[in-house]
Amino acid sequence: MKLVKEEVQDQLKKGQKPQRMTGAHAIIQSLLAESVDLIFGYPGGAIMPVYDALYDYQDVLKHVLTRHEQGAIHAAQGFARVGVKPGIVLATSGPGATNLITGLADAKIDSTPLVCITGQVGSQLLGTDAFQETDIISISMPVTKWNHQVTKAEEIPDAIAKAFHIATSGRPGPVLIDITKDAQFAELDFLYKKCKGFRSYIPIPKLKQESIDQAASLIDVAKKPLILFGQGVILSQAEQVFKKFVEKTGIPAAWTILGLSALPTEHPLNVGMLGMHGNYGPNKLTNEADLLIAIGMRFDDRVTGKLETYGKNAKVIHIEIDPAEINKNVFADVAVLADARDALLALLDKVSPNEHIEWHDQFKKHMALEVEKVISKELNPEKDGLTMGEVVKRVNDVTKGNGIVVTDVGQHQMIGCRYAKFSQSKSNVTSGGLGTMGFCLPAALGAKLARPDREVIAIIGDGGFQMTIQELGAIFQTKAAVKIIILNNQFLGMVRQWQQLFFDKRYSSTELVNPDFITIAKGFGIEGKTVSERSSLEADIARMFEHNGPYLLEVMVDKEDNVFPMVPTGACVSEVRLD
Amino acid sequence: MKKPFTIVVFTENKIGLLNRVTSTLIQRHINIESLTVSESEFPGIHRFTIVILEEEEKVQKVVKQIEKQVEILKAYYFSDEQTAFAEIALYKINSASVAKEEGLKSLILKHQLKELSKEGEFLILEKTGKKEETNQVFEELKPFGLLGFVRSGRVSLSKMIGSFSGHLQEFELHSKEIITKYN
Ligand SMILES: Cc1ncc(C[n+]2csc(CCOP(=O)(O)OP(=O)(O)O)c2C)c(N)n1
Repeated sequence: MKLVKEEVQDQLKKGQKPQRMTGAHAIIQSLLAESVDLIFGYPGGAIMPVYDALYDYQDVLKHVLTRHEQGAIHAAQGFARVGVKPGIVLATSGPGATNLITGLADAKIDSTPLVCITGQVGSQLLGTDAFQETDIISISMPVTKWNHQVTKAEEIPDAIAKAFHIATSGRPGPVLIDITKDAQFAELDFLYKKCKGFRSYIPIPKLKQESIDQAASLIDVAKKPLILFGQGVILSQAEQVFKKFVEKTGIPAAWTILGLSALPTEHPLNVGMLGMHGNYGPNKLTNEADLLIAIGMRFDDRVTGKLETYGKNAKVIHIEIDPAEINKNVFADVAVLADARDALLALLDKVSPNEHIEWHDQFKKHMALEVEKVISKELNPEKDGLTMGEVVKRVNDVTKGNGIVVTDVGQHQMIGCRYAKFSQSKSNVTSGGLGTMGFCLPAALGAKLARPDREVIAIIGDGGFQMTIQELGAIFQTKAAVKIIILNNQFLGMVRQWQQLFFDKRYSSTELVNPDFITIAKGFGIEGKTVSERSSLEADIARMFEHNGPYLLEVMVDKEDNVFPMVPTGACVSEVRLD
Repeated sequence: MKKPFTIVVFTENKIGLLNRVTSTLIQRHINIESLTVSESEFPGIHRFTIVILEEEEKVQKVVKQIEKQVEILKAYYFSDEQTAFAEIALYKINSASVAKEEGLKSLILKHQLKELSKEGEFLILEKTGKKEETNQVFEELKPFGLLGFVRSGRVSLSKMIGSFSGHLQEFELHSKEIITKYN
């Protein structure tokens, strides 16, 4: 039996009154009721009834078969980060489920909405060390926003409805539902009701007007205010009002790598990146500012450096949806507990227009110094070897800031975030909080499937590429036209940089003897080319974009380049080094 | 400075929530001194009473992290001065050998110990009170040949007004507001 679109819609309409079906069908029907049309996964024994049911819905519910469950969940993350829907993952019990852990941890720390469904051994076998049984509920507990085991078919619709609500509301995050095989086989009277809330979950705190008033008065008297924005701006869809707020107050705005692209990189009030490899001005001037306005960011230690001396001259306004983030790392003089969009809408009317011209000049001066000492060498190198930065610059020339850039973890990630240009929101996808190598390739696949209308450029190190290299298979099979750029320095570059700077250049296990990536890509049916000369770089990048379909460009960059500026770990942000 | 604090958590009655609460504490390397799970005054809502020894600032942060978990309604923390609390301890001694001893009788009187069971050759005594008191009894019973000892986790109720029931109403109202505003 294979159902066509009309039949499924018909069934959904009939969904007003209960219909008899198996648990496996109820899972699919629940996903359809949540407007899911794409899932990532990998089959196996304990989830087979669901895969069998899926066979009937191929026209309406596409399944992407990745080559590893880690690939499936990272793909779902990429899908969720650039699109408007949560990422959906299917996996079997035991090893299938445990292979999701890294992705769950990544999605949890980076607040990415995911609904993962794992099969589980039959309920009568639970706790007996049955074949492929693992206690995934306990294992995944600290890395999920919520998880739940279903052992009865009739619990399926409500559990899935709750899962979608929790994953996508408030501070989003990954949820996992573990469904025993007998619950998938058993029949129920299916009726789907979306979950809209329940008493023991308050996704959005109630905005307190006093906090807005207090924030507005601090903003109005500040002489040297600085905005620090994070992913909260994107997750609350606050980009428009955020831009208005920045423009009205004239306050320089700096971003965390998850906030990147929420405000166009070329916006005159965008002063760049915060943190360890962030821009010179925002780091240095954090400690001169008299007011820090943190919006939807959580003061990660890679952003703050040494906490004792962080922002020591500043009052702090923290706009944040998650009460547990308030005063966790940095004390907030005014805490605005709210959805960032609601808070900014309320603030926008209260604050007075301003320009802060002299304060801006300081950022400009710092930027001029950074250009001279770091940026010009990175983007317009005079040496022979290629730099990572010039590759990113060439990509910018083609995308004009309209591409989606997905990065892995390491030096290339920092260079990617520092130099990629963005004119649209939801365009930078990277593993920020967890720093998961291997994230990029599958995440880029997911991003491309969510936004086939946009260029998706995967920028990966030669190390991280080999962590999930098997997903070339999924890219080949889906024909997703991901443009993959390996910035090959033949080292685990970021670790090598630390070894050079902090461990006396003792390069312990960081040099890579790499395979021929182009031949490998060819084996997966993906065209590619290696470039090691500046003279052909521009043309090679142009060819990559012109190529119809996925493409792999391997760029041989200098082996021992370092990323600067840098705030050494444990140092104060104002101790940021330019070399 | 580290001090004893009682964390009180109100949760839905759902399997696995205890695990979430304890793993939040473990992640911050906080040792649990005692733990009691029971029903609360509200049907369907469970109450965890957890005693830890910690600095207040850390307690404040971890309590917020506990409270934000889905299906946890509210988490509070109290210093010892803010609550009335007690523990139950049970002591087992061989009654045959000591029953006639005057010393034991006066000990039972002095500490108001309850004779929970005296079937067969064993006497099981109960003491309800603070840890220092139950410890004192432990020390004094030792010479009589203590064969078994167990102490429950702390149970406590706050001495303050402003109770969970007010919060519960607030939650129910607020979650309705959210539903109308954001759906
Ligand atoms: C799964 C995982 N293992 C180890 C690390 C530690 N780590 C961070 S960056 C890095 C080196 C990355 O090397 P490569 O992918 O070649 O990128 P490059 O830094 O050279 O740009 C390593 C090993 C990590 N972030 N993730």
